Amino acid sequence: MMTNKTLKTGRMREWLRADTPDSAFQAWSGRAYLGLLRFMKNRLAVLGLLIIVALIVIAVLAPVIAPYDPVETDIGNRLQPLSFTHYLGTDEMGRDIFSRIVFGSRLTLYIISLVAIIAAPVGILVGTVAGYFGGIVDTVLMRITDIFLAFPKLILALAFVSALGPGIENAVIAISITSWPPYARIARAETITIRNCDFIKAVRLQGAGALRIITGHIMPLCLPSLIIRVTLDMAGIILTAAGLGFLGLGAQPPTPEWGAMTAGGRTYIIDHWWLISMPGTAIFIVSLAFNLLGDGLREVLDPRSDN
Amino acid sequence: MTGNTSLLTVKDLSVVFSSFKGDVCAVNNISFSMGREKLGIVGESGSGKSVTGRAVLRLLPPYARVRASEISLRGKNLLDFSEKQMRKIRGMEISMVMQDPKYSLNPVRTVGEQIREAYTIHHKAGKKQARQKALDMLNAVRIRNPEQVYDLYPHEVSGGMGQRIMIAMMLIPEPSLLIADEPTSALDVTVQLQVLAILDDLVSERGMGLMFISHDLELVASFCDRVIIMYGGQIMEVLDAGNLHKSNHPYTKGLLSCLPKIDGTQDRLPTLVRDDAWLKPAPGLFSGGAAS
Amino acid sequence: MSEPLTRTRLIRTLNQTIRILLMLATTFLGLLLITFLIGRIVPIDPVLAVVGDKASPQVYEKARIAMGLHLPLWKQFLIYIGNVVTGDFGTSVLTANPVIDDILRVFPATFELAITATIMGILSGIPLGIFSAVKQGSFFDHVTRVIGLFGYSLPIFWLGLLALMFFYVRLDLLPGPGRVDLFYEGIVTPVTGILMIDSIIAGEWEIFRNAVYHLILPASLLGYYSMAYLSRMTRSFMIEQLRQEYILTARVKGVKEWKVIWGHALGNCAIPLITVIALSFGSLLEGSVLTETVFAWPGLGLYLTNSLLNADMNAVLGSTIVVGAIFLGVNLFSDVLYKVMDPRAR
Repeated sequence: MMTNKTLKTGRMREWLRADTPDSAFQAWSGRAYLGLLRFMKNRLAVLGLLIIVALIVIAVLAPVIAPYDPVETDIGNRLQPLSFTHYLGTDEMGRDIFSRIVFGSRLTLYIISLVAIIAAPVGILVGTVAGYFGGIVDTVLMRITDIFLAFPKLILALAFVSALGPGIENAVIAISITSWPPYARIARAETITIRNCDFIKAVRLQGAGALRIITGHIMPLCLPSLIIRVTLDMAGIILTAAGLGFLGLGAQPPTPEWGAMTAGGRTYIIDHWWLISMPGTAIFIVSLAFNLLGDGLREVLDPRSDN
Repeated sequence: MTGNTSLLTVKDLSVVFSSFKGDVCAVNNISFSMGREKLGIVGESGSGKSVTGRAVLRLLPPYARVRASEISLRGKNLLDFSEKQMRKIRGMEISMVMQDPKYSLNPVRTVGEQIREAYTIHHKAGKKQARQKALDMLNAVRIRNPEQVYDLYPHEVSGGMGQRIMIAMMLIPEPSLLIADEPTSALDVTVQLQVLAILDDLVSERGMGLMFISHDLELVASFCDRVIIMYGGQIMEVLDAGNLHKSNHPYTKGLLSCLPKIDGTQDRLPTLVRDDAWLKPAPGLFSGGAAS
Repeated sequence: MSEPLTRTRLIRTLNQTIRILLMLATTFLGLLLITFLIGRIVPIDPVLAVVGDKASPQVYEKARIAMGLHLPLWKQFLIYIGNVVTGDFGTSVLTANPVIDDILRVFPATFELAITATIMGILSGIPLGIFSAVKQGSFFDHVTRVIGLFGYSLPIFWLGLLALMFFYVRLDLLPGPGRVDLFYEGIVTPVTGILMIDSIIAGEWEIFRNAVYHLILPASLLGYYSMAYLSRMTRSFMIEQLRQEYILTARVKGVKEWKVIWGHALGNCAIPLITVIALSFGSLLEGSVLTETVFAWPGLGLYLTNSLLNADMNAVLGSTIVVGAIFLGVNLFSDVLYKVMDPRAR
């Protein structure tokens, strides 16, 4: 006996799955729905998404979740193994590792959000402008992009941090400076493909200026590949940031940055393995999550992916 | 009309593809046989004609399920053959020419090398001997300077030449049956006729059977001896090429009337009105209906 | 082919070469500009670092002129370019040697590491990628992809520490940090700088064995990351190729399946794979920074981090330029190789 609710969801599903949609919105929603279904089938990608959501939740609720203050030292209790009072043990200064990891998630989120906010728009802007105008603009912008691409990321970030001094903001700037070139490349490639399409010509005939075309038409079409690339890059950015932290160039102690925590525990690994295992695992899990999510997104959004 | 001592016999062939949306029945229980003649298989996209050709060679992707009661070449049932035995059949007994030489030729090897490979797989021969055979074959497909063309790469030859190279490559081991899957569809009209002429000569010279798969009804009618019309994975009609225009089957008649004629009336061109009654249901072999 | 054709081909190749060299030059110049600017944004006054903060204004001014800091910025940059091109990176604050000497001394160790790791990556990653592509969707494929995935997610310094702890401390299977045991240091005279080759030349088999043992762990670590990358790219390329029609043609001809895969398909992958291998080598240079820190491997990476922690800007920037230049060189090499090997690009 079909209730009203099942009738409604049934009709909604039919509407989304219709072979001949009546409006652009319906077509778009239908594709989004099918894409979502395909995405959900990929259990690993969903896992990745859940981990990232968990990361955000933990970061937001850090003061509530963490049982101890992450920077408060307690030398008497140092190097304690895992226990019920200290879930992940204590480090060489007696600080609770679990709490430090929980608060460290805030740093991780802070870093990757900043990098994404800085690098991605710069990359898209450079790429679309270069691709749209072509000619000398393209050549100059692409030369600049190539110059930054020619630097190995970590090394350039190291050079920057050495000049500016250690610190989390400097690390973010350094990483962002090396992260934007691939986005510019992708945006440019997509722009070149799109700019010769008839609908662009049509919009231009209607009197649209370059700014409107680029921001209104070209940029949105670049978004899928860029989203995929940014997500996948996040994994690498986390690793680079952790690497900088490990070398002592990121957030300074006592800030609970995961990479720095690993470095701090280095001398104690023989008998106190949890000092490095825990922050390292955290880095690994988050990086893995972004990789899984990025792969999953690519399968759904990129038609050329291997299937 | 060539003798109908059956070269190829296909009985109850069905091919089902498992896809994301469910099972798709590409070929639905068809049976036919051919001798050393030119048999055309005509149909629209999705009618199952290409799949039929590949099924005979057992070269369908792994997500395709093939079922048949018989696929025999000169009396031997290929369904009983192991993969190793099939590999011996491919090239030696049955060959296939594909649509676009831009894609069907290996881009990083010279054209001559590829033809030579086709020969050395099935015959023991030294490099020089094989090269000579390849040059002879290039001659047979009327390429005027075989020595030069031998060293060219696929992207350096024109479409027509590329297709002739394909034909040379596929005929060099002297198979008894050639499957041609839309061999002229990627070519300009003038080049089409040249390539067809070469194909015609070679096939008759060697007494081969030719399975000519195409969507071009008129072309098949003028080129082949017999014609099979496929729709929705099923065979609609089998008739002699000369009798095509006398057909009584509604689908065939519909197809014919859709073709613009230079001396036809000025009225609107009729479109094909499909009747689901043309498709008989699959006799319970697989779950899932026919693709239409 | 006929005469005019070879001449136009020559002109075309010349044209291409000039264009590539021009690109190379501009990119390198851009690199130098960036390092130059980085050097200028250091908050520490470089003059003060030399004369000390007790110096009188006259001494300060003299030093400033001597260092060329009174010149307009663009002139300073030109001098800088001149210096770099002649190999003058300044003097290291830490070692008091010319930076270029330091770099030449430490670079072979990194090179040894990166080359070994790349070879390991090629020998393991490419076959894995091929099998993965052929058996797409199988258990083997999934396992390989997971191993590869870990290679993109594991922090290299962490994995290195764990490996050290496991193989050195717990199992005592492999030696600890450093290139050779302390006992053997300084015995072999450096000829190429690559300890393995030098020890063979000197006939010191004990040292050779010791050096090889020390190399295993850090090289395997980097090799793992190289393998992860190469297997993923190989898999992707192979899947793309196996989809092509010429593969069907080969099968129709009756080519044996292994030949279809390793001959036809891999043959078409070889060209993009070369580019990928070059990129992998480049990224291993990067990875060696952290690896050398973990294993106390006396290469360019360790030199860079030490200089960094001691604010030795000349050394840091010098190393950055060298690595950047190598990156450029490797990419250029692979581009050229691509053009030579791909018949369609000629």
